This record gives sequence, structure tokens and C-alpha cells, in this order.
Amino acid sequence: MVLSDNDLQALVLTAKLASLVTVILFITGTPIAWWLARTQSRWKGILGAVVALPLVLPPSVLGFYLLLAMGPDGPLGHFTQAIGIEPLPFSFEGLVLASVFYSLPFMVQPVQNAFEAIGDRPLEVAATLRASPLNAFFTVALPLALPGFLTAGILTFAHTVGEFGVVLMIGGNIPGITRVASVQIYDHVEAMEYSEAHRLAAIMLIFSFLVLLAVYAWRPGSKRK
Amino acid sequence: MKALKLLLLSALLLNTPTAFADKILIAAASDLKFALDEITAEFKKSNPLDTIEIVYGSSGKFFTQIQQNAPYDLYFSADIAFPEKLAKDGFASSDVVTYGYGRIVLWSTSVDASKLTLQDLTDSSFSRIAIANPQHAPYGKRAEEALRSTGIWHLVEPKLVYGENIAHTAQFVQTKNAQAGIIALSLALTPELAQQGGYYLIPDSLHEPLEQGYIITKRASDNLLAQRFVSYFETAPVRALMIRYGFTLPQENDGFER
Repeated sequence: MVLSDNDLQALVLTAKLASLVTVILFITGTPIAWWLARTQSRWKGILGAVVALPLVLPPSVLGFYLLLAMGPDGPLGHFTQAIGIEPLPFSFEGLVLASVFYSLPFMVQPVQNAFEAIGDRPLEVAATLRASPLNAFFTVALPLALPGFLTAGILTFAHTVGEFGVVLMIGGNIPGITRVASVQIYDHVEAMEYSEAHRLAAIMLIFSFLVLLAVYAWRPGSKRK
Repeated sequence: MKALKLLLLSALLLNTPTAFADKILIAAASDLKFALDEITAEFKKSNPLDTIEIVYGSSGKFFTQIQQNAPYDLYFSADIAFPEKLAKDGFASSDVVTYGYGRIVLWSTSVDASKLTLQDLTDSSFSRIAIANPQHAPYGKRAEEALRSTGIWHLVEPKLVYGENIAHTAQFVQTKNAQAGIIALSLALTPELAQQGGYYLIPDSLHEPLEQGYIITKRASDNLLAQRFVSYFETAPVRALMIRYGFTLPQENDGFER
């Protein structure tokens, strides 16, 4: 199976995007998941709903709002102009930001579930042993929630790889910058280059299956503790 | 009571020409969006019982779908090569008819594009320029040809962003995410877009003609409404409307002032 340079470029770009988004969501999603798992606040429902929105919103809605928000007349556009960085649409950074929104629930929800499953007891024990809350978080909660993090990381990465609609709407299809594998496949199909489409599509299919296999095969392990 | 009877009778009589209510589904290139909506609305005024549904998208996509027996009765393509290929492969029940020639324009909502030429696109104030994807969108192909004939392709290419079809391309410019774009004249002339920005008509000597054509598909060979609709397409009011939307019509190229 020989891939053209363009196809290879699209695959590398996709892997780069998905890795970066996963790392960013580990950092930003974890505090959100922790708060959602521990809080008694009445804001919990609202934040939980906002986090889950990308699960039900069509990508066209997210893409449309992002395109307007990132444009020169939108709030994000004003912000990027004010701090003097490149406009976000048609840029890799723009894709990263859009994907962080788009994949947010895939990170937050499994991690939140893992935190909730720990319950109060281990943390109370840690507190009686004079662990500070931060200390307890890193030495007790994080290790206990590790299977949840693993699931979240894999799902986030895979979901970002599978992103299409949002990228198409705000990416502008620039080779090496915003032309990810899913868009490249779409272009092959549109141009009736079916054999090229087949090759890339087969790679995506195998990859997606392996990822899901990993998640489902490891699932029972998370019950051990 | 008598009045009601009369009303019912007259309603019956009035409806006789369209007593056999038909239904068609049309697949049409995005550049026809506004022209065809208006034509269909006019057609429905005299044929209120008929149902006409239209799907707009890229011509190449519809081509593939019809090859897979998609349920379209009429296919209006921005590139006549697609319906010609379908007719050759036995997917059409009519001849391939040229309904017009499209034109491309340079369009912007950021600056007054009527004062621009293609050369100006090399200026650094244009950091993003939108065209339709030349890989599969007819208008994108012609845009690339025009940029190449002008000799500025290599200068402009790094700034290009690609829309999925011509309407998507216009959207990039409309939201000012691209400072300029090359779109269909038929879109630039629509009331909504026309009030947002001017356009520069790109000389058609710079690119291959955008010959557009339609076919009645095989599945609609017995569909009378499909026949009636394409006959309506040949009438004077429709031709005038197509010209108003910037299409050059076959045969009467010199008959109308534009």
C-alpha cells in the first residue's frame, strides 16, 4: 500500500492535531472533571450541560459559530487582533481550538466518572494523614482514576482524528495546515479518485477499530480497585 | 350552499391542468441556488399542486450519487462534462441540454472589489483568498485557470483557502475570514451578496468556458413534471431571469445586453 506525499502529509497532520488536542484536554479537562465530580454547587448542572453540548450539536452548528466568532468581526477575532496574532480561521491553531471544544466531553466525562467512583473515603483518609488537598489529589485521586484517564485520552484522540464537519467549515482545506485525513478522503471521493480514497479510508477504519478494541478490552480492568 | 358548490366546481375546473399532481427532486449546482429558487417559485404560481424539491451542492458529488442511483429526477450541473458522462453511461432519459455559461468574479466584502483586478491579489493586504476546491468544483477549476493565465498562481497559491463548493467559498468571504474570493457571478448578483460587496468580472478569455447542462435522469423518464419543468426552463421569462443572474445563454449570446 503506497501513500502519496499528500496523503502522508494529511495523516501526519491528523496525528499532530489529535496528540496536541489530547494533551491540552488532559490539562484543561481534568480540573473541570474534578470540579464536576466534587462540587455541590447548583452551577454543576449548567457546566455539565455545556461540556456535553458537542455530543449533540451538529458539527455544522459548531463550525458556523466558530467561523463567525473567529472572523474579524467576532469576539475571538477581536481578541486575536488585539494581542496581535494571526487570525484563527484557516490556521492549525484554529483547528486545535475548535477540536478542544469539539472533543471536550470525551475527556471530561470519563475522568469525571472515574473521580466520582473514588468517593469521599480515600480522600478523607488522606486528609487524616495530613495530606493537603493538592497532595491528596496527586497521590490518591489521580492514581485511582488512572483507568478513566486512559479511556478519556484514547477517546479524545480518536474523536479528534474522526473530526470532519468542523474542520471542513473553518479549515479552508490548506495542505499541511488544515487538510486532515478525513477531509483528504472526502476530496478523493469528490474527485472520483476511489482507489486513493480506499487506501486512506482503510487506514482510518483499521485505526478506529484498534482504538475502540483497546478501550473495550481494557474496560473490565478499571473495576479492579 | 349554492355558492359553495360553485366554489368547489370552479376549484375543480381551475385545477384540471394540474389535476395529476406530480413530484420531482432536483439536484442542482450551488451557483444556481438563487436563480433556481426564483424560477421554481414562479413555476409554482401557475402549478400550485406540483411539488418541487431542490438539493443544492457540488456538481461532482451529485454525479457520483446519480451513478449510485440517487433519487434525483433532474440534474443541473455547473460542468456539462458530468451530465454528458452520465448520459453516455445510460443514466439519462433526455439529451444533455446546455442551459447557460457561468462567469467568475473577484468578490470581496472587505474592499470595493469593482476597483480590483486579479493582479491586486498579489498585494500583501490580501492574506487569505478563497476559491472553490479545483479538485472537484467546476468554479474552482476555472478560478485556478484564470490565476494561472494571469501568471500570478505561484504568488497567490500560498494564500489560497478552498471552499467545498462555490456557496461555501462565498461564505468565507462574506464572514471576512478571507479578504477576497473568486465566486460565481450568479452568487455575486444575488440581492443579499450584492449589498455586501462589489465584484470584478474576470474576463472569460482567461479560462475555459463554464458550460453548464442538465439532464432528466433515467428514473424520471415517465415523470411528466420533469418534462414540464425543463420546457418551462426554455421560456422567455426564465431566460431573462437567468441572464439577470449573470448567466450567458446559448444561442442568444448576442441578443441581450448585459
